[in-house]
Amino acid sequence: MEIKGEIYRISGPVVTALNINARMYDVVKVGNEGLMGEVIGIKGEKTIIQVYEDTSGVKPGEPVIDTGMPLSVELGPGLLESIYDGIQRPLPVLKEKMGDFIQRGVSASGLDHNKQWEFKPVVKKGDKLEGGKIIGTVQETGNILHRILLPPNVSGVVDEINEGTFTVDDVIGRLSDGTELKLMHYWPVRHPRPVKNKLRPTIPLITGQRIFDGLFPLAKGGTAAIPGPFGSGKTVMQQQLAKWSDAEIVVYIGCGERGNEMADVLNEFPELEDPKSGRPLMERTVLIANTSNMPVAAREASVYTGITIAEYYRDMGYDVSLMADSTSRWAEAMREISSRLEEMPGEEGYPAYLAAKLAEFYERAGRAKTLCGDEGSVTVIGAVSPPGGDFSEPVTQNTLRIVKVFWALDAKLAQRRHFPAINWLTSYSLYGRTLDEWYNENISTEWTKLRSDTMNLLQREAELQDIVQLVGSDALPDDQQLTLEIARMVREYFLQQNAYHDVDSYCPMINQYKMLKAILTWGEKAVLALESGASVTNIVALESRDMLAKVRFEKDIDAVLDTVMKKADEEFAAQTQQR
Amino acid sequence: MAKEYKTIGEIAGPLIFVEKTEPVGYNELVNITLADGSVKRGQVLDTSKDIVVVQVFEGTGGLNKDSGVRFTGETIKLPVSSELLGRILSGSGEPLDGGPRIVPEDRWEITGAAINPYSRKPPEEFIQTGISTIDGMNTLVRGQKLPIFSGSGLPHNEIALQIARQAKVLGAEEEFAVVFAAMGITSEEAQHFMYDFERTGALERAVVFTNLADDPAVERLITPRLALTAAEYLAYECEMHVLVILTDMTNYCEALRQMGAAREEVPGRRGYPGYMYTDLASLYERAGVIKGRKGSVTQFSILSMPGDDITHPIPDLSGYITEGQIVISRELHMKGIYPPINVLPSLSRLMNSGIGSKRTREDHKAVSDQLYAGYAEGLDLRGLVAIVGKEALSERDRKFLEFADLFEDRFVRQGMEEDRDIETTLDLGWELLATLSEAQLTRIDNKYIEKYHPAHRNKSKASTE
Repeated sequence: MEIKGEIYRISGPVVTALNINARMYDVVKVGNEGLMGEVIGIKGEKTIIQVYEDTSGVKPGEPVIDTGMPLSVELGPGLLESIYDGIQRPLPVLKEKMGDFIQRGVSASGLDHNKQWEFKPVVKKGDKLEGGKIIGTVQETGNILHRILLPPNVSGVVDEINEGTFTVDDVIGRLSDGTELKLMHYWPVRHPRPVKNKLRPTIPLITGQRIFDGLFPLAKGGTAAIPGPFGSGKTVMQQQLAKWSDAEIVVYIGCGERGNEMADVLNEFPELEDPKSGRPLMERTVLIANTSNMPVAAREASVYTGITIAEYYRDMGYDVSLMADSTSRWAEAMREISSRLEEMPGEEGYPAYLAAKLAEFYERAGRAKTLCGDEGSVTVIGAVSPPGGDFSEPVTQNTLRIVKVFWALDAKLAQRRHFPAINWLTSYSLYGRTLDEWYNENISTEWTKLRSDTMNLLQREAELQDIVQLVGSDALPDDQQLTLEIARMVREYFLQQNAYHDVDSYCPMINQYKMLKAILTWGEKAVLALESGASVTNIVALESRDMLAKVRFEKDIDAVLDTVMKKADEEFAAQTQQR
Repeated sequence: MAKEYKTIGEIAGPLIFVEKTEPVGYNELVNITLADGSVKRGQVLDTSKDIVVVQVFEGTGGLNKDSGVRFTGETIKLPVSSELLGRILSGSGEPLDGGPRIVPEDRWEITGAAINPYSRKPPEEFIQTGISTIDGMNTLVRGQKLPIFSGSGLPHNEIALQIARQAKVLGAEEEFAVVFAAMGITSEEAQHFMYDFERTGALERAVVFTNLADDPAVERLITPRLALTAAEYLAYECEMHVLVILTDMTNYCEALRQMGAAREEVPGRRGYPGYMYTDLASLYERAGVIKGRKGSVTQFSILSMPGDDITHPIPDLSGYITEGQIVISRELHMKGIYPPINVLPSLSRLMNSGIGSKRTREDHKAVSDQLYAGYAEGLDLRGLVAIVGKEALSERDRKFLEFADLFEDRFVRQGMEEDRDIETTLDLGWELLATLSEAQLTRIDNKYIEKYHPAHRNKSKASTE
């Protein structure tokens, strides 16, 4: 089965081989040390390979072995709680095998092949199964049930299926055609896992963060981009999303980032607690870490490894959120490999297929009816790090053309201590419309209007601020001054959120609605009061206004809002009577 | 003895193309013998069955088609030994100080392997440099990589030297070493460094690699790798805390571009090769602390921004890899302030993990934030004053304006030999903040104001007396 060829040429991570008849994207073992590589081009007799490890000392004439398999990951119980490099080698295992530095020529399988799992079948002899069907379950971690799937490309009639304790290599049953069933299967990372059909993104991913859920919602199965300027609190935001969003599985890809920062993530994530279950957050997390000095080809592969794992859990019927930090580094890896291949460069040296690759990647997000008949989703949140903060560069531009949500993290807001530092003027979400129905059914029919009123108010504030910059706020007419004050309330009482406050850290969707409605209702009353003669200074000084500020820290907001609004009515009545 | 080839087909810039060889390993070290018997060294850049491309470190001057080429069969290694300390070596690792050859305890590959992120320990130990603007507002921690973004004609070398002289970890008497790698600096600058190292006795605990401006550019590509290999040896084998100073990274990148052009590669931004990010990462990322090991590698690299342009690819890509930057300001330098560090664009990303009650002092972050905010406001006002004049300012604004001046004059400015400990720096910060009204100190918790504000301190002193 294995075909042996030989190396013709070596130039950095790009190796050319002769006499192997490999297919595109097959994994090959290069040289005497068997370095892992992947076929990325075929030119006549020559096969071009990108190698995931350092090629120093490798000579022409050394063997190249075609494994006949494309770059694949092992999918099965034991993925959760893992920390992988870009090609699914567990970093703790690598540390054990070769010490603190990453040496080459070491292989390590993605799953623990010795661990025993308790398997409970859900099918029986004689059942006719299609690919992707659930054949049984394994309790993978404290609160995640791992559904063992028939590989999507396998189908048949169950001939034998056993309950019991197995490793991922053990045969747990057979199909009538003799196909062995195991707890794990392989899947090529560059191939999207099939689904029955994709569904419209009509359910919001509830994050409990008011700026997201309230103004710029992301749908389950949607795509979002965040630029990550330094000091804008990106890490805290990512952790909030991992902790609170109603995705069951979290996949985090650290792609080409700093080693020390990655070390921080690897240290902190295992200590985070899942606020919903009280168990460690790692029990539903997979981390992938490929720092900037680890081989560039593995960095290129890391996002595919990550999204394949995400798709696998989607296929079990879970909602998965995937964070890729950062896609700019991934694009740079593509650029580097492309330039080694001496391809004609496109914009800024990036390959001409940059846009296509980005689009393909984001296209793997989505909510879908899975092959086993459930519904699952993969939501992709990609960080971009534009050089010099310049959004016009190709990676940011091509990303923005694809994603539907843009959360503009803004270092200036962070400096003013406005957290989460998402700029409400430059962010956007295109899911508003598709999600409306869900809001109408689950929150309130008023929600859509509230949201657009809020956006209008903030927009109006920005316009007025321009004028204030020139002439000072005293020069504005009373009604405009009041608009500024109400907008400030929206910003400070609603948009700002304290990640470290027990209650404020997570704000249920229904509370968001009630809070926003209360603030805007208060605003309407204030406008009426102003019209009937009250002064802006008096209105701003009302006690009910201060009370509104504290609502976000209250657990039982219904009672509090009730008191606040009663107080507001009294106060406004008094204001108008005074005249 | 390896076979000698006399089959050079082409010589282009620093590259030679050798034909009809036996299989040659990628990145292998090459010796080239000239007609006069002298030997140059090179490295394999590209190898195939038909042609091998070698980059020659000492330049291709004097080479011809008859020069003999020997492939050594191994990649470039640095003979490492604890005896490296106190030595001055060339940019390719040969002794320059007239001393004996290094007797190696081991030979390490200079490319270095990536630290497994799982093995890394997040850096958190405060390094006191004795410079207020760094310690107080852009704190350096062990295992960090922090570049100095400078420009031509600015005193970055003095600052680097001062840091090398003064850097220490509080309360710890641990072995400390400095590895200094000069890339493409002038011999005058090099002598200045040497003189200072010898004058202060720092040379005893330093290893110096010098590649001068007239040394071959291609040698610059290995100089930092030699230095970092030496640093890793001292850190992880000899358990020392090593501070690596790399100067000037801009020269390194120029050499990288030069090599890229010689190899006729497709250029990226401004002609620099597309792999510059990864190449720089392979240097910068060699800083760090490893769980369960005693030593550490901390990096201070100096890079001069062409045209003071911080968006130039070199500072830009560096900034994406390093954990912050110290920015030198021409304006402050012109005002005669040393060290002319502009704190506003400067940043240490690891600062927060290195400061606070157990590491420096509990009020550190608050003082730093407040100084930052106050200075930023003062500078804004300075811009305004240029338009409307001082008279138009309110009393409050005038205070901030004065604060900015005081800040530059007292906090930023310090002597080249002045080693301020962190207490002094923070107290100085308080002294300056005391010129503002207490109500303006919005970034500082009241409990710190009561404890550290000079007005309160004097009060509590008075009451105890």
